[in-house]
Amino acid sequence: MNARSPHIGLFIPCYMDQFYPQVAQASLELLEKLGCQVSYPLGQTCCGQPLANAGYERDTLALTKHFVNLFKEVEYIVAPTGSCVLHVKSHFPEVMGLEAELEKTQAKIYELTEFLTDVLQLTSIKGKFPHKVGFHASCHGLRGLRLSSSSELQEPSFHKAKLLLDQLEGLEWVPLSRPDECCGFGGTFAVSEEALSVCMGKDRILDHERNGAEILTGVDMSCLMHLQGIGSRSGSKLRYLHLAEILNQALA
Amino acid sequence: MNHPQAAAAFLKDQARASWHDETLWYVRDKRDVASKRLPEWEDLRTLASDIKEHTLSQLDYYLEKFEEKALENGIRVHWAKDAEEHNQIVLQILQSKECKALVKSKSILTEECHLNPFLEKNGIAVVDSDLGERIVQFLNQPPSHIVLPAIHLKKKEIAELFHEKLGTEKGNEDPKYLTDAARIHLREKFLSAKVAITGVNFGIAETGEFVVCTNEGNADMGVHLAEVHIACMGIEKIIPRRKDLGVFLRLLARSATGQSITTYSSHFRSPRKGKEIHLILVDNGRTAQLSRSTYRSSLKCIRCGACMNTCPIYRRSGGFSYGSTVPGPIGSILSPGLDLKKYSTLPFASTLCGSCTDVCPVKINIHEQLYAWRQEITKAQGWSGKELSIKLAKGIFTSPLAYRVSGKILRAALKSLPNSLIYHPVNLWGKGRDLPQAPASTFSEWYQKNRS
Repeated sequence: MNARSPHIGLFIPCYMDQFYPQVAQASLELLEKLGCQVSYPLGQTCCGQPLANAGYERDTLALTKHFVNLFKEVEYIVAPTGSCVLHVKSHFPEVMGLEAELEKTQAKIYELTEFLTDVLQLTSIKGKFPHKVGFHASCHGLRGLRLSSSSELQEPSFHKAKLLLDQLEGLEWVPLSRPDECCGFGGTFAVSEEALSVCMGKDRILDHERNGAEILTGVDMSCLMHLQGIGSRSGSKLRYLHLAEILNQALA
Repeated sequence: MNHPQAAAAFLKDQARASWHDETLWYVRDKRDVASKRLPEWEDLRTLASDIKEHTLSQLDYYLEKFEEKALENGIRVHWAKDAEEHNQIVLQILQSKECKALVKSKSILTEECHLNPFLEKNGIAVVDSDLGERIVQFLNQPPSHIVLPAIHLKKKEIAELFHEKLGTEKGNEDPKYLTDAARIHLREKFLSAKVAITGVNFGIAETGEFVVCTNEGNADMGVHLAEVHIACMGIEKIIPRRKDLGVFLRLLARSATGQSITTYSSHFRSPRKGKEIHLILVDNGRTAQLSRSTYRSSLKCIRCGACMNTCPIYRRSGGFSYGSTVPGPIGSILSPGLDLKKYSTLPFASTLCGSCTDVCPVKINIHEQLYAWRQEITKAQGWSGKELSIKLAKGIFTSPLAYRVSGKILRAALKSLPNSLIYHPVNLWGKGRDLPQAPASTFSEWYQKNRS
């Protein structure tokens, strides 16, 4: 652990605030257990990603301004999501008069696992999680934030989430046939291309099941919400936990 | 063309869709193995991308140099600003030679120009000599993939087709048997064709030669037997020097099929005595794309098809669902430049997963260009329904209070609404998925109660 506790502003995606408060809570508790000073700036709204990815980036100015101002004071912004973080980093529109502040925001925001591996540099987490865990590599975290090596590229193999999960006693990492294929959530894609979206999700679930996963985890609750919705409809036995929940439980 | 509708239709036959997905994934897998055998793979991609960027930045210079050298070599060079001009040039050459039947090896450019129907209307019989292309031609279909034109068909269907068209034994699905039948059938066509048309994979500015890559040798067979060779080339296919070629040949086949190199990489420089080579340089929207800085790099494409094989959408919706000559991710960034309205759903036929960008041998940032097209399409089209719901969401999310209130209402609604309403047919989320259970309170409420 670092000697100085970093001051973190926790950003919670809008759908997580509404539907998965337990994941937000786990993220907060986890960071606190790791000695961080965490605050949750009140008045958070959507980061604008659904709008931007649907082709309305120009309409996200107000959301962007609000976001930048809300997190002005903190040293780091940490969020238990890859896709919202990628949106902040890559698709925040330019805001006149706020250029410098916006750049700072983009430089200080981290997805949760990358904060744990790159900033806190955790290498010896003491915790137990005796389960077979399949990891869903959400695309925006994978190929946008480069949270792990991608199967298309020729590069040294690395995996930030695995680096963390491997430290837990008893956790069995389940290898997949297609370790980085998209689950088909894709924001508005989930409804605009409903048939494809569901088909892709089913295929992902099958891959986890065939390879013996009990728990499907990941760093984006949106993908997990989509997969869980399909799994529960089809009576699949898989359980779904955000990576923050696993780490927080293991550290208890 | 409406991609979601076409995709949903394709997915009705789930077993077939799953077979299609696995077939193309197998090709992607072969590509992975082949690319990973080269330690310098990523350097090659960078180099190829740089060469193409450079060439595109001085395309006029290289094209003129290419033309000058080609003319010196005795090649007759034609320029076509669009598909119509291209087709007219081909027709004029054919008429001057009194040619009524020709063979054509694979050329996506001639598909783009709809050359076959044009020539047929003018009384000229065209035989596609690539096996896959001949199969789809028998079926009156366009190719469903730019490298694997008949990938959407199963062996059994081809056996039935050949039984009907070529008189092969009923029910004989042996690939060798069927290929032999196609060879005999095509041989006849090769021998009687006065003119052979080919595409062009690379034009080399330094020498005025051009290179055609095939696996079946059909381009060579056609060209060497014919009196006249017509080569149709998009103006973006140019590379500066012959020594640049190796970079692309090494990337092309590995990315396309996982082969180290295509079986034939044929160089054409000068016509043999008494024969003619005509080269048609086609624009057809390419300079317009060159002028769009955001999309210009899409012209780096070497048509390997790797982005199709890797695309989780393409694999599960098939090439025809795109309704464009070039399907898949690369087609979805090229086609809107040709007709924004017609192809408006294509940039949305993606989750922006980025696999296409990582697989691309010339490093086109395909998924970022899909994102950029989305911004332009919503502006140009004004899709009212979507716009409205999005505006609503925007209204909800901009004000913290409204956002909070709407969330509360939504959660309360989820709890009290009967399933029949939640899973109403218009609720596309709920059609194949359950909704998350509504928690007792939001995180913000919990935080305010417990931490502040």
